[in-house]
Amino acid sequence: MTIWVRLFLMSLAAWPTWVQADVNVFACEPEWGALTQELGGDKVKLFTATSALQDPHRIQARPSLIAKMRQADLVVCTGAELEIGWLPVLLRESGNNRVQPGGPGYFEAARTVNLLERPSRLDRAGGDIHPAGNPHIQGDPRNLLPVADGLAQALGQIDASNAGYYQGRLMDFKRRWQGALQKWSQRAARLRGVAVVMQHRDPYLPAWLGVHAVAELEPLPGVEPSAAHLATVLARLKQTPAKMILRPAYFSPRPSEWLAERAGIPVVELPFSVGGSPAAKDLFGLYDDTLDRMLEASK
Amino acid sequence: MYVRRTLLASAIAMAFAMPAQADNSDDIAAIRKEIEAMRQNYEARIQALEAQLKQAERHTSQAKADAAEPTAADHATPPAAANSFNPEIGLILTGRYANLKDVPNRHITGFLPLGPAAAGMRRGFTADASELSLAADIDPDFRGQANLVYEDGTGATVEEAYFQTLSLGSGFTLKGGRFRSAIGYMNEQHPHAWDFVDNPLMYQALFGEGYGQDGVQLKWLAPTDLLVELTGELGRGADFPGSDRNKNGAGDATLGLHLGGDVGLSNSWRGGIAYLRTRAENRAFFGLDPAGTALTGDFTGRSRTWLADFIWKWTPNGNPRETNFKFQTEWFQRSESGSLACTRCIASPYASEQSGWYVQSVYQFMPMWRIGYRYDRLDRGTARLDGADIGSTIASLADYSPSRHSLMLDWSPSEFSLVRLQYARDKSMAGLAENQVALQYVYSLGAHGAHKY
Repeated sequence: MTIWVRLFLMSLAAWPTWVQADVNVFACEPEWGALTQELGGDKVKLFTATSALQDPHRIQARPSLIAKMRQADLVVCTGAELEIGWLPVLLRESGNNRVQPGGPGYFEAARTVNLLERPSRLDRAGGDIHPAGNPHIQGDPRNLLPVADGLAQALGQIDASNAGYYQGRLMDFKRRWQGALQKWSQRAARLRGVAVVMQHRDPYLPAWLGVHAVAELEPLPGVEPSAAHLATVLARLKQTPAKMILRPAYFSPRPSEWLAERAGIPVVELPFSVGGSPAAKDLFGLYDDTLDRMLEASK
Repeated sequence: MYVRRTLLASAIAMAFAMPAQADNSDDIAAIRKEIEAMRQNYEARIQALEAQLKQAERHTSQAKADAAEPTAADHATPPAAANSFNPEIGLILTGRYANLKDVPNRHITGFLPLGPAAAGMRRGFTADASELSLAADIDPDFRGQANLVYEDGTGATVEEAYFQTLSLGSGFTLKGGRFRSAIGYMNEQHPHAWDFVDNPLMYQALFGEGYGQDGVQLKWLAPTDLLVELTGELGRGADFPGSDRNKNGAGDATLGLHLGGDVGLSNSWRGGIAYLRTRAENRAFFGLDPAGTALTGDFTGRSRTWLADFIWKWTPNGNPRETNFKFQTEWFQRSESGSLACTRCIASPYASEQSGWYVQSVYQFMPMWRIGYRYDRLDRGTARLDGADIGSTIASLADYSPSRHSLMLDWSPSEFSLVRLQYARDKSMAGLAENQVALQYVYSLGAHGAHKY
């Protein structure tokens, strides 16, 4: 009799450990994959859907992605309609009710930060604009702090037994990140006020570094650079010279090289996300390398 | 925590409710002592946990305050309005110019056509087949979508109007209403998503534009890294090759299996097989007799179709932005048996076994520009009326192998616009070798749902 009572009580105490298993995380972009790894440690099983060499606006809803979405417990994406061309298909085709928008298994990084460039006029004549604001929030590493808060909370919500573990890792990450931010802002002091040309519109990197974007290679967001537009940019650079052209790794190098040759300024290939360059192995490396490359070009 | 406390309490209660089994009073005292010790132990642990939780909460609110400095979210509440929950509305505008020969009684030789009149692409300018789509999540459990198409002659038709479950889970999705069947690859695609101006001869002979269902579809996805998707449908079976029958129960049934995955970073594929069984009752058709005069007739019997499809896509490093390549092929086999009657023939036993395929490739050689080639081929196979080849009675069903070469070039300055030029060498009708030229536009306004693979 006593043995039965004891066994019963022991089984009650032990029950949370039965259901304990790795949290399957589906990260849309490598920066959020890397952040999930920082916060989730060995409690998460991570799948990153895209690489830094892929344009996150234009991903094909491949069968392999649907199969991965089917198994996910948590989806971590940018949001702000960056993935509108493929993520909704994956979610609907997956037959997975754990990760549908509105539920605890669906996390959008853009919802935790203040988006810049919220368009005042919604018209596709303005190019590929996003009604919620510009979604490339990882251009500014300071945005990673609120995103990390939200993500740790989301992880703790779907895996309550490890909530403390995620909070602990969050504290540790934030401490290291604050340190890195300080280091970066000291290193970037030399870039303040420097004029740059950007391939694709991104207000976050200039906001972080204090660089000044004088022109974009894309005539409108998401529209391919045309010869006519490049000529206009070249003419503008004669008036207001820039120090460098910034191009995310996933864009074709041709338009920027064409302009660089004629304007006599260097092209800086930015990693844009984790894995976008050999040195951008993790989140810290991503911004280290971004700064290294820009500082090198500004000499 | 509450649940655990209650369970603990009931466990203790249970222990006390069965004193008869423990006849030794010392034993009972010992158990009481043990339980008391356990209770105290649990109380202490619960208190410790509560303290930890409070501390964690303090940390988070502190952290939130810290992070607020550069970029915390400020979600301006949008003003309340009655139209806030309007569905996603999308409008597809299409139109074309086609330069064709004036061919009376145009048909695909060897195959029973879809209706009692000849059909085909119209000559000159046309701007029909514009498509309006409405879609929204209905509630946390369902999503709804409707597609309305306007076509000259038929007017507005409801092409699709269905609900789809969002919350079944375990890989299951149930669809119900009017929808495009999941058989084959192109069947679910609407014309604006086609890579050529027209659809393959195979689809034209099989279903016209596509096989629609009024019914239900259950889909299951296996929890594996390889995509394994099983689909089954039951429907009214009113669409060609079936016909509307006045009956209870399901008029048709389909089964399908799809597999798919990646090969390295740059390649992905999907392949599948599907089966459709349906019946036709007095399914009217049009034909030509050996003298070349038009006749009409009808078919009653069963129709069975097998379809296989394979798609392979190449995108360098998984990035389709600059260049990409798509290879696509489908094959079918259809057997029909029953009885066929026509203006110049009395109802006799009819049996056919026919097949066909197409293969096509589309290459984006630079941003915005794509070039594509398609080859269509059909095989009439056997078609016998009362034991003899049907060609001797109905000349438009004579033994012939329709084929077509198509070449296209398209330009899409954004995801929302496309202009396409197509040239085809069409031999789908016996005695005809036609050069066809078509120029087409497809514009997408408003919400435009993401396309499937």
